[in-house]
Amino acid sequence: MATISVKLKIWRQDGPGKPGRLVDYTADTVSTDMSFLEMLDVVNEGLIKKGEDAIAFESDCREGICGACGLVINGVPNGPVRGTTTCQLHMRSFKHGDTITIEPWRAKAFPVVKDLVVDRSAFDRIIGAGGYVSFNTGGAPDGNCLPISKDVSEAAMDMAACIGCGSCVAACKNAAAHLFTSAKITHLGLLPQGQPERYTRVVRMVDQMDAEGFGNCSNEGECEAVCPKEISISGIARMYRDYQKAALKG
Amino acid sequence: MKLDSKIPSGPVASKWDRARFENKLVNPANRRKFTILVVGTGLAGASAAASLGEQGYNVKSFCIQDSPRRAHSIAAQGGINAAKNYQNDGDSIYRLFYDTVKGGDYRAREANVYRLAQSSVSIIDQCVAQGVPFAREYGGLLDNRSFGGSQVERTFYARGQTGQQLLLGAYSSMMRQVADGGVTLYPRREMLDLVVIDGKARGIVVRNLITGELETHAGDAVLLATGGYGTVYYLSTNAVNSNVTAAWRAHKRGAAFANPCYTQIHPTCIPVSGEHQSKLTLMSESLRNDGRVWVPKKQGDSRPPEQIPESERDYYLERKYPSFGNLVPRDVASRNAKQACDDGRGVGESGLAVYLDFADAITRVGEDVIRMRYGNLFDMYNRITDEDPYKVPMRMYPAIHYTMGGLWVDYNLQSTVPGLHVLGEANFSDHGANRLGASALMQGLCDGYFVIPYTLAHYLGSTTLPAVSTDHDAFKEAKASTQARINTLLSVKGNQTIRGFHRKLGRIMWDYAGMARTDAGLRTALEEIPKLREEFWNTVSVPGDQNNLNQSLEHAGRVADYLEFGELLVRDALNRTESCGGHFREESQTPDGEAQRDDEHFSYVAAWEFQGVGKEPVLHKEPLVFEEVHPTQRSYK
Ligand SMILES: Cc1cc2nc3c(=O)[nH]c(=O)nc-3n(C[C@H](O)[C@H](O)[C@H](O)COP(=O)(O)OP(=O)(O)OC[C@H]3O[C@@H](n4cnc5c(N)ncnc54)[C@H](O)[C@@H]3O)c2cc1C
Ligand code: FES
Repeated sequence: MATISVKLKIWRQDGPGKPGRLVDYTADTVSTDMSFLEMLDVVNEGLIKKGEDAIAFESDCREGICGACGLVINGVPNGPVRGTTTCQLHMRSFKHGDTITIEPWRAKAFPVVKDLVVDRSAFDRIIGAGGYVSFNTGGAPDGNCLPISKDVSEAAMDMAACIGCGSCVAACKNAAAHLFTSAKITHLGLLPQGQPERYTRVVRMVDQMDAEGFGNCSNEGECEAVCPKEISISGIARMYRDYQKAALKG
Repeated sequence: MKLDSKIPSGPVASKWDRARFENKLVNPANRRKFTILVVGTGLAGASAAASLGEQGYNVKSFCIQDSPRRAHSIAAQGGINAAKNYQNDGDSIYRLFYDTVKGGDYRAREANVYRLAQSSVSIIDQCVAQGVPFAREYGGLLDNRSFGGSQVERTFYARGQTGQQLLLGAYSSMMRQVADGGVTLYPRREMLDLVVIDGKARGIVVRNLITGELETHAGDAVLLATGGYGTVYYLSTNAVNSNVTAAWRAHKRGAAFANPCYTQIHPTCIPVSGEHQSKLTLMSESLRNDGRVWVPKKQGDSRPPEQIPESERDYYLERKYPSFGNLVPRDVASRNAKQACDDGRGVGESGLAVYLDFADAITRVGEDVIRMRYGNLFDMYNRITDEDPYKVPMRMYPAIHYTMGGLWVDYNLQSTVPGLHVLGEANFSDHGANRLGASALMQGLCDGYFVIPYTLAHYLGSTTLPAVSTDHDAFKEAKASTQARINTLLSVKGNQTIRGFHRKLGRIMWDYAGMARTDAGLRTALEEIPKLREEFWNTVSVPGDQNNLNQSLEHAGRVADYLEFGELLVRDALNRTESCGGHFREESQTPDGEAQRDDEHFSYVAAWEFQGVGKEPVLHKEPLVFEEVHPTQRSYK
C-alpha cells in the first residue's frame, strides 16, 4: 500500500446564487487504496477538528449505483477512469504531488446548492412526465404470460441501468439531458409493456426536458464518454424518431 | 404497554384472506380526505406511497436523498424470491414459508411469513408489468437462480442490479402519482420526531436539509419505511446516510423496539483495507452459486493462492455441509469464515479473509458465461482491490449487512403507537433471527404494495380521527425539543470529529456485539457506550450553522442517536442467552459449533419499551406460537 500527498483546489460556495471560488487544500498521507470520497472525508475531518465548515458533497451507496456522488474532477465528470462513478474512483489513479481540481456539475438546470452539491430535481420531473408504465398496483397478469426475447430484455436493461447521476449533463457543452431522457424512453420503448404509451411518453418527457432548461444535443458524444454506466447514445436517435412519429400521429 | 399481535384466527393459509375480508374499508370518495405521511422512499416506502396514491389517498412522501430514487434499496444486487415454481423444481408457497421460518431459526411469526410467501407471486407480476427488465431465458420467459439457504431456484434477478430495477419500478409508479397530484414529494428532509396526539401518531417533525428549517406535517397516519440500523457498526454494507434516527425517535415516543440484537452479517464482502475505510462493499451472495470458498489447510500459509495445491486447500463449507455446500445460509457461512480466520488460516495481508474461487466454474462453463452472470460484480471487485477475479480468487470477509430487528409491529404492520405503521427493514416482522438471501426486497415490496393498502384502510376505517393542525401544542413541543437538541449539538464546540465517535462506537459494537457475543463482552460494551456518549456530548465538534445544508450536523444527530440505540442492542443481546440465527452467544453452541437455541426460554419476540436515556428499558414478551412448522435444530449438513 503506497501513500501519496496531493494538492486540491475545491469549489466552495455558501449557497444558491452566492459567489463561489476555488480554495486550496492539501491531503497528506493519502493511501492509494482510499477511494476519492474517503480522501475528501479525511480532508473534512481535518476541517471539523479545527471547527471549520466541512466541504459539502453528496454520496450514499458509495458503490456506484445510487447516482448521488458525481463531481467534476480536473474538468472531467467523475475523473480519469472511464465507466466509473466518483465514489468508485480510487486514489491509485493519482500520483504523488498531483494537483486535483474538484468542482460541482455545472448546468443551468442543476443550480448549485452548496459547495459541490447541486439540485438535480429536474430529472425527477422528467420521469414524472412519462417515465413509467401506467397501471395500478394489483392488476398485473402473470409475469410469464408475456414472453420477451432475451435480446430485447437485455437491450432494455442496458438502458435501464442509468443511475440518474447527471454526468451526461455535466459533460455536455450545451448541458443537454438527452442521454438521461433517451435511456428511460428506450428502456420502456423496447419492451412490450411500454408500447401503449410509447408516443405520448416521448412527447411529454422531451417537452419536460426542454421546460427544465436543458440544452440541445449537438451530437458530440461527450455524454456517452463520461457515463459511469456506459449508456449508449443510440437511444437518442430512437428518441428523435419516436418524437417525430408522435408529431405525425398528432 | 400491551402487545397484541392481532394474528387472525383459522388455518395459516386462510388467515390473510380472512383478515382482508374482516378489515374495514375506506370508500374511494373519502380517501382523499386522509393525509398519509410516508417516511422513506426505498422499496417499502415508494411502493406504499405509489399504491396509496393510486387509491386516492393524499400522500406526502419524505426522504433524505435529493431524489427518492436514491434510497438505499437501490444497492441490492442479487435478487428477489417468489414462490412461482416456474422451474417446476418443487417450490410452493408452503415451501417458501417453511424455508423462511426455518431460515429465521424459528424466531419469526408464522402468520406474517405465510402472508409474505403468498404475496411473493404477485410482486413479480407487478414488477414485470412496470417494465422491470428481469433476466430472461432464451425462450423469453423469466429466469431464476438459487440463493443461499435454498434448494430450489426461486430467485428473480436483473443482472447484479435487482434492487435498482425494482426501486426504479416503484419510483416510476410513485412519480406518476406525483405528477397526478396524489403524492407530494418532500426530498432532502430528515424526520427528527414523531408527534403523538391523544395516543395516536398524528404527525412528524422534519428538518429541511437545504434551508435548515424545522417543518411540521400533520396527518391521519404515519408510515415509517426508513430502513435498517446496520450503520450502528459504522462499517457496514449500508449506504452511508442510513440511520436509526426516525425509528429511534418514534421509540422514544412510545413505539416498542423488537429484537434489536438480530443483525445479519453477510459472508461475502470485500475486506477492510485501512482506517480510512468509510463503508464496506458487498459481493452478492449469488456468487456462491459458482464460487467455491476455501482457506489453506495449514495455519499461517502465506503462499499466493495459485501456489497452494488442491490437496492443501480446505473447502470447509463443502466439507462440513455436504448437502448445501457453498450455499449454506448467511449466518452459517459467516461464522465459518470467522472460525477459519480465528484459527489462523485467514488469507490476505490482514489474515481476515477467505477465498472465493471461480477457477473451477470458469473451466466448467467458460469465462464468457461467468462474465455474463457476474460481470458487473467482478468489475466492482477489480476497481476496489485492483485485482482481477477472473485470474485470482476473490478475498472475502463477513460484514454487517442487514438488521432483522426493528420497531415492533402487529400483523397489520402497526406499531405500539396507534396510527404509526412500520414497513420494510425498519420493522422486525418477517425474518426472525436470520434473513434468507433475496427476501428483504420481497418483504419491502410485499409490505408496500400488498399489505399496507389493506391494513391502513382498516385503521382509518375503524378509528375516530378528529382533525388536527400543526398549531396543536404537541407539534410545538416536538419542534421545540428537536430544536433544543440541535442547539446543544452545535454548542458543544469541542475538538473531536463526529466520524471519530462513529468509528469508536462501531468498534465497540463489532468487538462485543458482532459475530460472536459473550456475557462478559456485552457487559463491557454496556459500560463503554455510555462513557462514549458522555464524551460525545462534551467534546464533539459540529461546525457550521443550522440554517443551511450542514452535513456535519446531520451526521452528528445520527451518531448521537446511535450512541443511545447501541446500548439497547447490547441489552437485548445480553438478555437473550441463547444463540439463534445471526445472534451467536458463545455460551450457547452445539458440540460442533452451531447456534444452539433455547426454545423453552426464548421462543418470544423481545419488545423493549423506552424509559429514558441510560435507564433500563422494560422488556415485553410476545410468545411465538408454531402451529405449522415444528422448530428443530437447523441443519444444513
Ligand atoms: C449491498 C446490499 C445488497 C443487498 N442485496 C439484496 C438482495 O439481493 N436481495 C434482497 O432481498 N435484499 C438485499 N439487500 C437488503 C435490502 O436491500 C434492504 O433490506 C431493503 O432494500 C430495505 O428497503 P427499505 O425500503 O426498508 O429501506 P431503504 O431502502 O433503506 O430506504 C430507507 C428510506 O428511508 C429514508 N430515511 C431514512 N431515515 C430517514 C429519516 N430520518 N427521515 C427521512 N427519511 C429517512 C431514506 O432516505 C430512504 O428513502 C441488500 C442490502 C445491501 C446493503
Ligand atoms: S455514492 Fe452512490 S453512486 Fe456514488
